[in-house]
Amino acid sequence: MSRTAYFIKEAMANIFGHGFMSLVTTITIIFCLIIMGSSSLLALNIQHIIQSLEDENEMVAFVDEDLSEEDARRIESSIRATANVAEVQFMTRAEAMESFLEKYDDNSLFRDVDESVFRHRYIISLNDIGAMESTQRAIARIPGIAKINAHLEISRGLVTLRNIITVVSAALILILFFVSILIMNNTMKIATFNRRTEIAIMKMVGASNSFIRWPFMLEGMLMGLFASLCAFLLLWGGYRLLNDLITGTLSFIRIIPFDDILLPVLGIFCAVGLVEGVFGSVGAIKSYLRV
Amino acid sequence: MIVMKNVRKEYENGTDALNGINLEIEDGEFVFLVGPSGSGKSTLVKLLTGEISCTDGEVHINGFDLTTMRLSRMSRLRRTLGVIFQDFRLIPNKSVYENVAFALRVVGAKPKKIRERVEYVLDLVGLVDKKDHMPGELSGGEQQRVAIARALANNPRLIIADEPTGNIDPELSREIMQLLVDINAKGTTMLVVTHEDELVDRFSKRVVMIKDGKIVRDGTGGYYGHE
Repeated sequence: MSRTAYFIKEAMANIFGHGFMSLVTTITIIFCLIIMGSSSLLALNIQHIIQSLEDENEMVAFVDEDLSEEDARRIESSIRATANVAEVQFMTRAEAMESFLEKYDDNSLFRDVDESVFRHRYIISLNDIGAMESTQRAIARIPGIAKINAHLEISRGLVTLRNIITVVSAALILILFFVSILIMNNTMKIATFNRRTEIAIMKMVGASNSFIRWPFMLEGMLMGLFASLCAFLLLWGGYRLLNDLITGTLSFIRIIPFDDILLPVLGIFCAVGLVEGVFGSVGAIKSYLRV
Repeated sequence: MIVMKNVRKEYENGTDALNGINLEIEDGEFVFLVGPSGSGKSTLVKLLTGEISCTDGEVHINGFDLTTMRLSRMSRLRRTLGVIFQDFRLIPNKSVYENVAFALRVVGAKPKKIRERVEYVLDLVGLVDKKDHMPGELSGGEQQRVAIARALANNPRLIIADEPTGNIDPELSREIMQLLVDINAKGTTMLVVTHEDELVDRFSKRVVMIKDGKIVRDGTGGYYGHE
């Protein structure tokens, strides 16, 4: 049997040989991953909702009233060339009036208003509304643009909210990550306590630290990987249930479809599960190796 | 070969376990290390196996200077030693075969060599037919023979046996001791720690007696010598 095959066989034998402690360790990783995963998904969804609000916060650039429709349309390329501009939609005077009238159920008051009162305009959405002010200034400098309406206070508010949520959720996830490593480490310490004699024997017959560590590391990796797959499936199920519930009752809230984040979530879960498994197991036997 | 020069060991609680130990054991020798409980025998064994380091003095074993050796290199020394304990220290969830094979695996022996060597040493201690048994299914004497087989697996230059007969009945004790004497006759240096005077008297070998952390007698003869 090659060394690698021996390590794998040992890791598997250890997992099943210490079944109860393996189960406790796996459940601990699942628990930690679900807490971390649901916090991350919550933060991600809040950001997604804010993002959709941001997308709705468009700027309106009014074209100089002296310009003909043809001249007004010529400005579009300059607007598109401006940094941070995501989408540009041209709206003629007539369309602007139509859109205005649509807002009122009883629009008889405005029936006699001439469309020349309205200006040709551009509806501009941005990539980053945090840079709305500078984009507004840049577009204002384009010849033919008379005035720009931008809700700077709303954009500032949304940006601040988004920043706060990003920082708070990142800090929370980081804390949860370290807490779960700690919990994992302690669980593994209990799990390996009964194996300290075994480790001492290994040391006594001349096993190097890496030789002793490898099966423990593989054991941690396998348990971490298995736990992350379980946690992923549980979270997937839970998320779908919640999605159905929200779609049925709070239909105005759009949550991110799980299919869109399936692969990144699976990847992150596997990575975190592996890291927790490896660091937890190696950390737990560290003190027994100092002989 | 073991060389200890002016070795002193003081534990953190202030206990002076060994004081001024000077000891030389040549290759191929058989030495009994005797003395009452608390005399410092176990401390001496722990110094030789690298479990603890000395406070003062020098310890050389099989060409390794333990005084300056880093902990990470200790495994290299241990591969040149075979250690046998009173409580056998077998891995309970591994078969007899696996317990012995383990000592060969850690040194990276090839599978073919592992098979051959394990069969050979198990034959030497008379346990080939029990190679698939688990340690818990064996008697104390048999478990100690497995531990001896494991100690022999890497063909060590030196075997340190710490109270190897402490947990087995007198008749089996004589068998185990005879086995160690036979192994020594094949060239392996043997240091046997014991407090069983009857066994020491039976085999006329060099006897080193420790008392209160000092060597009080070093010579051939029985447990108490012939003085």
